[in-house]
Amino acid sequence: MSITVERVTKSFGTFVALGEVSLEVPSGALLALLGPSGSGKTTLLRIIAGLEVADAGAVRYHDEDVTHAPVTERNVGFVFQHYALFRHLTVFENVAFGLRVRGVPRPRVRERVRELLRLVQLEGYERSVPAQLSGGQRQRVALARALAAEPKVLLLDEPFGALDARVRQELRQWLRRLHDELHVTSVFVTHDQEEAFEVADRVVIMNHGRIEQTGSPEEIFEHPANPFVMDFLGNVNVFHGSVQNGRARLGSLEIAYPDYPHDESRAATAFIRSHELEIVRARNGRPSLEAKVTHINPARPVVKVRVYSEAFGVVLTVDVSWERYAELRLTVGDTVYVAPRQLRVFVQDYAI
Amino acid sequence: MAENPAQAPPRAHDDPPAVKAALILAAVAVMAFFVVVPLVNVFVQALAGGVGVYWRNLSGDADTLHSIKLTLIVAPIAVGLNVTFGIAAAWAIARFRFPGRTLLTALIDLPFTVSPVVVGLFLLLLFGLQGTFGPWLRAHDLKIVFALPGLILATAFVTFPVVARELIPLMEAIGAEEEVAAVSLGARGWQLFRLITLPNIKWGLLYGVILCNARAMGEFGAVYVVSGHIAGKTDTMPLRVEKLFQEYNLPGAFALSSVLAMLALVTLFVKTALEWKTRRDLAEAARLRTQRGEA
Repeated sequence: MSITVERVTKSFGTFVALGEVSLEVPSGALLALLGPSGSGKTTLLRIIAGLEVADAGAVRYHDEDVTHAPVTERNVGFVFQHYALFRHLTVFENVAFGLRVRGVPRPRVRERVRELLRLVQLEGYERSVPAQLSGGQRQRVALARALAAEPKVLLLDEPFGALDARVRQELRQWLRRLHDELHVTSVFVTHDQEEAFEVADRVVIMNHGRIEQTGSPEEIFEHPANPFVMDFLGNVNVFHGSVQNGRARLGSLEIAYPDYPHDESRAATAFIRSHELEIVRARNGRPSLEAKVTHINPARPVVKVRVYSEAFGVVLTVDVSWERYAELRLTVGDTVYVAPRQLRVFVQDYAI
Repeated sequence: MAENPAQAPPRAHDDPPAVKAALILAAVAVMAFFVVVPLVNVFVQALAGGVGVYWRNLSGDADTLHSIKLTLIVAPIAVGLNVTFGIAAAWAIARFRFPGRTLLTALIDLPFTVSPVVVGLFLLLLFGLQGTFGPWLRAHDLKIVFALPGLILATAFVTFPVVARELIPLMEAIGAEEEVAAVSLGARGWQLFRLITLPNIKWGLLYGVILCNARAMGEFGAVYVVSGHIAGKTDTMPLRVEKLFQEYNLPGAFALSSVLAMLALVTLFVKTALEWKTRRDLAEAARLRTQRGEA
């Protein structure tokens, strides 16, 4: 069941939560709505679910226009950030709820609940109440509950947001596997780009009620559409400078930038990811910046080195492989040279 | 995990023991003088002539018996009305944001702030013979004032806020999340209320019912005005007590009072038990809220 969102607008008072958002979720896809808080991603999800009504625009499931259908008639599975399990009901009854309100006969309910609890690996917990479960278990019950009535689409609102890092990691992989098994069209909201990139087939990046970019994780990572996406993806060093005659000038750093061959100088912002910077002990003829090592974080899988460039007045983060780190024998206070291997330039009023 | 709130941190400066003792003593003395002594006295006076006399005072007087019966009719109906209204009002206030919501919240408290006598008078002015609807009611042969409907209206109005007051904070503390989840799973109006909302509020609701019932049985002022004190017809228990007392039938008055007092004691006991239970439920709801995200 594909989902189509067409020019959907939603305002809360004077705050525009969504401004003419259009989106296509292919049947069977697992799509992530990624964005900072207040970007409208949860509002969009709730409009797709029918928990919120759009001011204008349309929502379609496959060919069916559901824009004005109430949530009770849409047959969606919705998973809430804080689980929203029925506290007075057992795990069994929680999962059975969607079937019971539809009047499914008892033997069928029992069979289906058993099947789902096996799917979410919670067999034996039928008689527990939500208060007795851990966060991860509760979210799995919530997922089983959402899937019970065989929804057309599965919608998840920050499903792992309330869990600690390790459980979150586990559940992510588990959700991915579950989706590969069920192939139900799914949309989930997250503010964690790592989560979105790891779990989803397609990622939609939102900001200020608009979609900034849509694509596969790889497309977005390799070809960020604009400075916002670049910045939001993180692990990036930002330089402000200018472009002119096929050169980008960032302080004392001058780098070829053939995409802008014009005479007129324009302000530009350059983004260099921390793994695209290289540290060398001595100048080697390539454009580089003199900088002082201020901090070394021996994290995995790479060593994160922070350096301060006095001439430029900026702190840069550089990822150094462990092999290279051993070669360089860096210590705090060393003077080194930092050379960009690759950079992305966004010329103002030009690329955006 | 939150720390145990029962373990209050030791205070830097504590009141001297003498002050503490004096305050406790004063509180106990006031309670004994104003509550315990009169209450015990009611029973002592009622039973002064022995159990036989006490029983005869209650069951031998047809008007007294009728007053008990009448109270047992009026109170449950008034409670029923207020449960319906209370749930509707609490739902509206706790679940929706609408213009006039603050005004409605304030209006719910109105019956508590207005003197019951004024309430009775105002019913009289509306439904009495000379009242606004008087001629119409007479034309249709309907009696409200000086009859059962008037007693029910007066009692219901005065006890109006009890259930709603109890449910609003409870429903706000529980939140709408489970209800939204139920709707997303396909539950419709009545299913939603019966399967999700009611089980979550049942203890608070029962507490409201008990409290409302206590107020309804003991209601005097408003009922006094609209009843017209027709013995054997519109006298409820509190009105009957007053009449017996005015007629110098002290044993009868005390006997009937003791029945009311016993109802009060039972109510107090059940109320305390339920209070303890709702407090625990509220704490549990709050704990689940803060705990979400952990574990």
